[in-house]
Amino acid sequence: MGKVAIIGVGQSKFVRNYPGSIRELAFEGFKEAITDAGITAKDIDASILCSAPEYDKQRSPAAVVAEYLGLNPQPTFYVESLCSSSSMGLKMAYAMVASGVHDAVAVIGLQKMSEISSAESQERMGRGADIQWESPFGTMMPAYYAMHAQAHMDKYGTTLEDLAAIRVKASTYGQINDRAVFRKAITQDMFADPKNRMSDPVSSPLRVGDCCANADGTSCLIVVSEERAKSLCKKPVWILGVGAASASVNLAGRDRLHGLKAAEQAAQQAYAMAGVGPKDIDVAEVHDCFTIAEILAYEALGFAEPGGAKELIRGKETYKEGSIPVNVDGGLLSKGHPIGATGGSQVRSIVLQLRGEAGDIQVKDPQIGLVHNIGGVGIYGNVTILGNE
Amino acid sequence: MSEKKEDVRFEKFGTVSFTRTTRVNNFIDHLENDKVMYTHCKTCGAKFFPPRADCAGCLSSDMEWCEVSGTGKLVSYSQLQYAPVGFEADVPYSIALLDYGEYQVFGRLTGDLDLADVKIGMPMTTVVNELSNGQLNFIFKKA
Repeated sequence: MGKVAIIGVGQSKFVRNYPGSIRELAFEGFKEAITDAGITAKDIDASILCSAPEYDKQRSPAAVVAEYLGLNPQPTFYVESLCSSSSMGLKMAYAMVASGVHDAVAVIGLQKMSEISSAESQERMGRGADIQWESPFGTMMPAYYAMHAQAHMDKYGTTLEDLAAIRVKASTYGQINDRAVFRKAITQDMFADPKNRMSDPVSSPLRVGDCCANADGTSCLIVVSEERAKSLCKKPVWILGVGAASASVNLAGRDRLHGLKAAEQAAQQAYAMAGVGPKDIDVAEVHDCFTIAEILAYEALGFAEPGGAKELIRGKETYKEGSIPVNVDGGLLSKGHPIGATGGSQVRSIVLQLRGEAGDIQVKDPQIGLVHNIGGVGIYGNVTILGNE
Repeated sequence: MSEKKEDVRFEKFGTVSFTRTTRVNNFIDHLENDKVMYTHCKTCGAKFFPPRADCAGCLSSDMEWCEVSGTGKLVSYSQLQYAPVGFEADVPYSIALLDYGEYQVFGRLTGDLDLADVKIGMPMTTVVNELSNGQLNFIFKKA
């Protein structure tokens, strides 16, 4: 199979209420990505729309988006794996290009969450679980991750301060990301102050400050063959590994709650495919929908031994100047989490890092980057490794 | 010709049920008889909670019902201060997972438990619970 590159990346601002329709939202990321790639819609052979259903009312959204972006009559289809939809879309694009079926594929991630209320959104997300046997108990995403936090704290001695430290790091970079929905500074003192909203309990032990916000947003990646990449692009970023795994939806089918097995399996696949290991990663984006999720990611990816994540954050090793910079764009905790757009946004951040175009958050001379993107509470695990060579 | 009436017993499961029909509807009859049951594959011996109508291991659909009995160990839990649409009246409540060894059970902790007394690893039992809206679920109590 041939090599596959990303030659264009785009992302809208992530906002609380996007004042337009989903097709108009998609235009913002797509325009930036094809402009970045220096191509037009006619150069795209196929498009993949990645989102989670039931936030807006459009059925089969790939078709309306493709029409609006000038991508007819090329084939288009929909990929869904909850919060990791656009990483799964990238894997599909990789497969189509590597196999020679298409030469250039646009992976469009999208979510307009503001069309429904926050409580309705929690209900929808709660149904991204086992609706027959779990949802009737009144489940929602923060509660599932909270159970993982409780288990991790009990087994490894991770503390509430460690969780808060993840959010403090996120806000350090979120403040300088003009595409992020949450740009205020957050301190440990806010978590310690019962009068501060950040310390309000959501689902024990998680507090408001441990949770990312809903957002409207879009992302777009232009994925091309080696031949096309070399003729079109001075700095192609190569896809070196695309790992993906799935796990039992019902927590009753999981063998651990102190980690996400699908993430571990996806990481092992991606490392094996890329021929690299955790120590080779120069910069990473991980799925920090909740602070505990970033802790779990450090261990799933091998950046820390099981139970060792707390030491990484205590030692600030995942800050920009640390040994393994993680989420130096502010992460989901700062950017917000427009479900289907999130993976593409993470990939965009790593592509910009590898090109040396990340501005204020640029890590020193990275050669290999990693994206960890999780769908549901570890139902879907996607790990993608990108490199300059 | 009269149409066969749809069997929607499972609508009675939980504060809000999201499932109308299932081939393990008898689970609800067992709840009404004060029993929480799992299914056991008569062909290969696998035990399933939540109950399944079909065994993915041996492809058999020959199942028998067995009671969730004895104690399970608390794997983890969380108390919710916010609830999704339809569950507002239940707040606060705690969801939890119990490990029975051969299978695990996802449900709620009993509401009368002081969370200060809840410890991961503690033995608990699973019992049938009638909700204030007349629906049925099951909850975990201190053993």
